[in-house]
Amino acid sequence: MTLGLLALLLGVGAFGAGLLGALTGLGGGLVVVPMMTILFHVDLRYAIGASLVSVIATSSGAAAAYVREGFTNVRVGIFLEVATTTGALTGAALAGFIPTAALAIMFGLVLLYTAFRSFQSHEDHPLDLPADPLAIKLRLGSTYPTREGIRAYSVQGVKAGFALMFVAGVLSALLGIGSGIVKVLAMDRTMKLPFKVSTTTSNFMIGVTAAASAGVYLHRGYIEPALAFPVMLGVLGGALLGARILSGAKTILLRRIFTVVVVILALEMLYKGIKGAL
Amino acid sequence: MDATRDRQDERIERIIGRLLQIGVLTAAVVVLIGGSMLLAQYGSIPANFARFKGEDPVLKSVGSIVRAVMTGDSRAIVQVGLVLLIATPVARVALTMVAFALQRDRVYVVVTAIVLALLLYGLFWGRA
Repeated sequence: MTLGLLALLLGVGAFGAGLLGALTGLGGGLVVVPMMTILFHVDLRYAIGASLVSVIATSSGAAAAYVREGFTNVRVGIFLEVATTTGALTGAALAGFIPTAALAIMFGLVLLYTAFRSFQSHEDHPLDLPADPLAIKLRLGSTYPTREGIRAYSVQGVKAGFALMFVAGVLSALLGIGSGIVKVLAMDRTMKLPFKVSTTTSNFMIGVTAAASAGVYLHRGYIEPALAFPVMLGVLGGALLGARILSGAKTILLRRIFTVVVVILALEMLYKGIKGAL
Repeated sequence: MDATRDRQDERIERIIGRLLQIGVLTAAVVVLIGGSMLLAQYGSIPANFARFKGEDPVLKSVGSIVRAVMTGDSRAIVQVGLVLLIATPVARVALTMVAFALQRDRVYVVVTAIVLALLLYGLFWGRA
């Protein structure tokens, strides 16, 4: 295959990944790495570099829209970014020592977990539980708009949430993903933030987390221009279009389709990892 | 309680969000220009990325990329766009720190400074 054809196919694939990722809310970064390694036989390290770059593009590109809605909790985001960036630098330092087969297996497990979570509906939790003393000290509690007007919420489990965010940072660097699913888990389940606040604050954090390890990977040669350019432009274009045509009605079917794709890729990654063929 | 402060945070964040979008679009344009040049130059050669080649001596650091751009190297131009892109979240954190400083929120100026230091470490010295 010539470089031109590869770039074209990668761009089209990345566009589809960005579009589906935005429409389903599952993020496009998750399928970029398996697509590049399984379909196009690209080395896992180049795939991770290109994917991280596309993750930054979607997170920063969407930032203005998310903040406008008034859900993002900037203090929670910045505070937890201490954990995610530390985790990302740790992951980037470890990446050179972990065999690619082990990374492929980890990737498969994260994909399976994502598919599993996408079938669960989230439950609302009470917002007026007594706050974690640490959250009061750090003034993490805030307000957000609901149909009944502005509502206040308190923040729980700060230490456990912080620890989970470190894990999210490590995974983001090792696998080249945004790890939004772990970030939302930490904020929604552990810190008991409202779901909408968790998802938007997670998006706010993803670009910063990815930038920490992308800087390191740039030095190490993971970010190959010929591969990163079609992937970045494709995912960004797809995500921007997806955000524009987003309409609640058809996303359930799309989510199902996307979940099936994710499961197939998960099994393929696990198989390749166990066979040691990556 | 903190409602007015929250609204103020939000207004500042909205401005920062806009600046970020401009940063991302600028990066995308640079990447597109470099990418088109790259394809014109190397589009017809066979692609093989199945094996990791390690670091490219020209592209491994911010300084050497800038030097290569001066000579019109298409790969280096793509990398400049990508460095711009990686710099947008870093700029966001820096601007957020300024916003906290304007509000005389010392605790969060320190928290934001830690995040900024970690990011700059990765970008400039991250050879670990």
